[in-house]
Amino acid sequence: MSDIIRLTAAELSAKLASGEVSSVEATRAHLDRIAAVDGDVHAFLHVSDHALDVAADIDRRRADGERLGELAGVPLAVKDVLVTTDMPSTSGSRILEGFLSPYDATPVARSRAAGLVPLGKTNMDEFAMGSSTEHSAYGPTHNPWDLDRIPGGSGGGSAAAVAAFEAPLALGSDTGGSIRQPAHVTGTVGVKPTYGGVSRYGSIALASSLDQVGPVARTVLDAALLHDVIGGHDPHDATSLEQDWPSFAAAAREGANGQALKGLRVGVIRELPDTGFQTGVAESFRASLALLEAQGAEIVEISAPHFEYGVAAYYLILPAEASSNLAKFDSVRFGLRVDVPGGTVEDVMARSRDVGFGDEVKRRIILGTYALSAGYYDAYYGSAQKVRTLIQRDFDNAFAEVDVIATPSAPTTAFRLGEQLDDPLQMYLNDVTTIPVNLAGVPGISIPSGLAAEDGLPVGIQFIAPAREDARLYRVGAALEALLVDSWGGPLLDRAPVLGANGGAR
Amino acid sequence: MAKAALMDFDKALELYEPVLGFEVHVELNTETKMFSAAANPANEKNHGATPNTLVAPVDMGLPGSLPVVNETAVRYSISLGLALGCQIAPSSRFARKNYFYPDLGKNYQISQYDEPIAFEGQVEVELEGGDIVTVPIERAHMEEDAGKLTHVGGSTGRIQGAEYSLVDYNRAGVPLVEIVTKPIFGAEHRAPELAAAYVRAIRDIVIGLGISEARMERGNLRCDANVSIRPRGQEKLGTRTETKNVNSMRSVERAVRYEIQRQAAILSAGGTITQETRHWHEDTGTTSPGRPKSDADDYRYFPEPDLLPVAPSVELIESLRAALPEPPAVRRRRLNAEWGFADIDFQGVVNAGLLNEVEATVAAGAAPAAARKWWMSEISRIANAEGVEPSSLVSPASVAALQQLVDNGTLTDKLARQVLEGVIAGEGTPQEVVDARGLAVVSDDGALIAAIDEALAAQPDVLEKIRDGKVQAAGAVIGAVMKAMKGQADAARVRELVLERAAG
Amino acid sequence: MSEITPELVRHLGVLARIQLDDGEVERLTGQLSAIVDNIAKVSEVATPDVPATSHPIALENVFRPDVVGEMLTIAQVLQNAPDATEDRFKVTAILGEEQ
Repeated sequence: MSDIIRLTAAELSAKLASGEVSSVEATRAHLDRIAAVDGDVHAFLHVSDHALDVAADIDRRRADGERLGELAGVPLAVKDVLVTTDMPSTSGSRILEGFLSPYDATPVARSRAAGLVPLGKTNMDEFAMGSSTEHSAYGPTHNPWDLDRIPGGSGGGSAAAVAAFEAPLALGSDTGGSIRQPAHVTGTVGVKPTYGGVSRYGSIALASSLDQVGPVARTVLDAALLHDVIGGHDPHDATSLEQDWPSFAAAAREGANGQALKGLRVGVIRELPDTGFQTGVAESFRASLALLEAQGAEIVEISAPHFEYGVAAYYLILPAEASSNLAKFDSVRFGLRVDVPGGTVEDVMARSRDVGFGDEVKRRIILGTYALSAGYYDAYYGSAQKVRTLIQRDFDNAFAEVDVIATPSAPTTAFRLGEQLDDPLQMYLNDVTTIPVNLAGVPGISIPSGLAAEDGLPVGIQFIAPAREDARLYRVGAALEALLVDSWGGPLLDRAPVLGANGGAR
Repeated sequence: MAKAALMDFDKALELYEPVLGFEVHVELNTETKMFSAAANPANEKNHGATPNTLVAPVDMGLPGSLPVVNETAVRYSISLGLALGCQIAPSSRFARKNYFYPDLGKNYQISQYDEPIAFEGQVEVELEGGDIVTVPIERAHMEEDAGKLTHVGGSTGRIQGAEYSLVDYNRAGVPLVEIVTKPIFGAEHRAPELAAAYVRAIRDIVIGLGISEARMERGNLRCDANVSIRPRGQEKLGTRTETKNVNSMRSVERAVRYEIQRQAAILSAGGTITQETRHWHEDTGTTSPGRPKSDADDYRYFPEPDLLPVAPSVELIESLRAALPEPPAVRRRRLNAEWGFADIDFQGVVNAGLLNEVEATVAAGAAPAAARKWWMSEISRIANAEGVEPSSLVSPASVAALQQLVDNGTLTDKLARQVLEGVIAGEGTPQEVVDARGLAVVSDDGALIAAIDEALAAQPDVLEKIRDGKVQAAGAVIGAVMKAMKGQADAARVRELVLERAAG
Repeated sequence: MSEITPELVRHLGVLARIQLDDGEVERLTGQLSAIVDNIAKVSEVATPDVPATSHPIALENVFRPDVVGEMLTIAQVLQNAPDATEDRFKVTAILGEEQ
């Protein structure tokens, strides 16, 4: 039974299709795993009380001879930023405690339609603001590699759930690295699609021009399978692309077959020198590049002179859009209401928001309100949108010379819980390699590249492709993954510490 | 609160020059809302819906919800911009206007800020008596309406003193076009009249385009009036006030007049005008200051990231332009010229709201004068008595057919009125009523002569008198014949026959 | 360049409808000053000749047809309401004027 949870989604899907395993068995195995380890990991905010019913229904339909999709019957964790009709959606905040959406987010609806079995909602930094999940109003999630360390953020719950084998797949969201950075610190795979590649309908908005929903998994193929299910145009989202996407699973399978790297031009950014990264992170990055070169890839140094302004621009655009997006949480239609005896509705709104929002959220709302204020727009928000243009041009120029760009996914391995809490500026720098990707709207993937020598913690490598070339990421990612796993003698996660009270979860 | 002092209107106009500005909000009658596929309550068919039954997730700001633009609303907005003589922006964007209020589902309104879809136009407004004032239009832009608040517990149903308020989001998201004028100079004494006429002109345009129900009493058309005054000869504009809650054209006129008088009194007493939003009170005919806005007007506008720019093609704009109906003012001038009425008579038709009916009756074959006569006298009389709209009583085609029967001698005017009553009562077409009731004028001379003989028998000296030159003596015989024929005789023909008899 | 003062922070709190206590105002004033100094650097490169990008992927004319779609039922509309009566959301007395 416990072997089921070690299967990748692709492997599990094959066993479900052959009848070797039922969805009920698979779902029960994962629910048992959650019961065994989530007390320590705290990846989940809510576990579904009817997942087995959903699984049983899939089994019944399969038995009836119905043709089901490849992922039908596979369990799925859902980041709490995505609204669900059958489970509460809090976005990691007290202000939405108990909120039950009357509609499903499009990525969730498509997952259900594909037969995936939602296991529960995963923890996150409040309203996706953060890179450690320490800003969740419901307590932090713990990195399965070292329970005293952060699992990354804002989607630390989804990454930890997958890394801890509580779910083979998860849905996440990425505004400045919230899928990719947690993937890096937990030794998992995370993808931020091209902006508009996956519908934002039902993803509780943080920064509308930066947010994207994406897959979280343990392998590149698994992420690709999930991306195939959730992606594509949605008439409910005006910013979603009307694009005929190729099959990402096909791209991943093609990549794993070994020819994708010959002649591949890989760009490395001059303005992100190794000295800006933890030693072990830089070493792992260089080792991966060497592997690529050995397979015939060409490493090209490129310049992205405006990347250094990316974090600054991001921390103007995001708070500005967020301050407007979070205005809807005002105690009138839903969410926390704190009564103010004798107070006006304005008093009730202000008090409810003060009590319901955490410090980081309040900080960013105030900052965003400032950036949009009369007299400051041009200097702040307006200027930041110009930096965006400059970063897009940097990418355009780079992609004229290279096929993909490679960077370490984050500057350091997982730091300890509490270590960066008092220094928001320091916290903001965790996303220096991931932020420009969101600003430009191009796609990015993080795959495990190894463990840092000095602390034995996971390191990820990020690949970036031009807009709409998500398939290229799956091809290249799967190719490198195959090489690395081969060099390790097995997946990196095999080396993660054992979790669970009786230690028998291996 | 003490009643504000007012200066006599003429005196105020002597000392000060009024400057006006208007912001008119038009609710479009599309099937669905501006940014969601919920049914639109500003469309007649959805009027009176139960609260909170016409709501999509984005209308109430549910987490994760997103707006998507209504294509028809954009077309309507472009058509309206063209009808206002505006240029249409090759590219325009939506913007968020951020403020907190319980009737806003998202606590921001999606509107347009520095990139409106239409700008730089003008509207010709006709005043009573025929004077034309050209009102300059600054811009027309697209936005969404807010929900409805009901204040409970106070004495007046207004915010002050209310215990609590109830919120209905049906109206949240209804498509709006906001039309903003440039400052209007030169209206002088006719400023109040111009205000009402301007609103009427906008109303005529949107009804002519078919894009709004435009019922002010339902809020489909709302007008905020900006009024400022400056001492004669001063170049600097005075401080303006904005008056809201004017729910009819008459109120617009009264409110503008009131504000001119109120501001004049203040300035003459050495005071200053506070720039503020004021509230019109229909019952007292006064304005009072609204509550101060606690946001201090910092709406923190920024381009709406959830929506993409609207870039209408030249082909689309030109096809909408070609489909524009004749502007109401142009149409009125044309009809007036074609019909040749005295101005006061034409204006009477316009004021009575019967222009469409008279036009249709003429189109169906009646002479303009006859058409006007029927609609303005007999049909209006009956309509008033029954408390209904004249157009609901009888169709223009029927009126034209009726007049045709008079023209060809089948009916006299008097008989025609009887036939009209029959048509209104639903007895059938005019011809059918004539046949059923046997109301046709008798055209058979033999029958007339027989009746004349009878009458002469009773009044033998008439013929003698006529031969003596007293032609008017025929009247008695004519009258007797008409009575005997129950009016179904052509009195002129009878007279002819009588005179023939007298001649020998 | 930093002009973040406690008064400004309080004003921003009003605009954002968040009731900040004195401690929060003090903390935010310090933190925002540091952040603002750091981000002021964007104006170094944001020269007038550079156009702003508000959408990462340039699209235009995205519309939906004017056809009625699914709407929420009253039950759904009110299902998370903190307070409701007579089919409508209930709020306490409103201070500000409608706009």
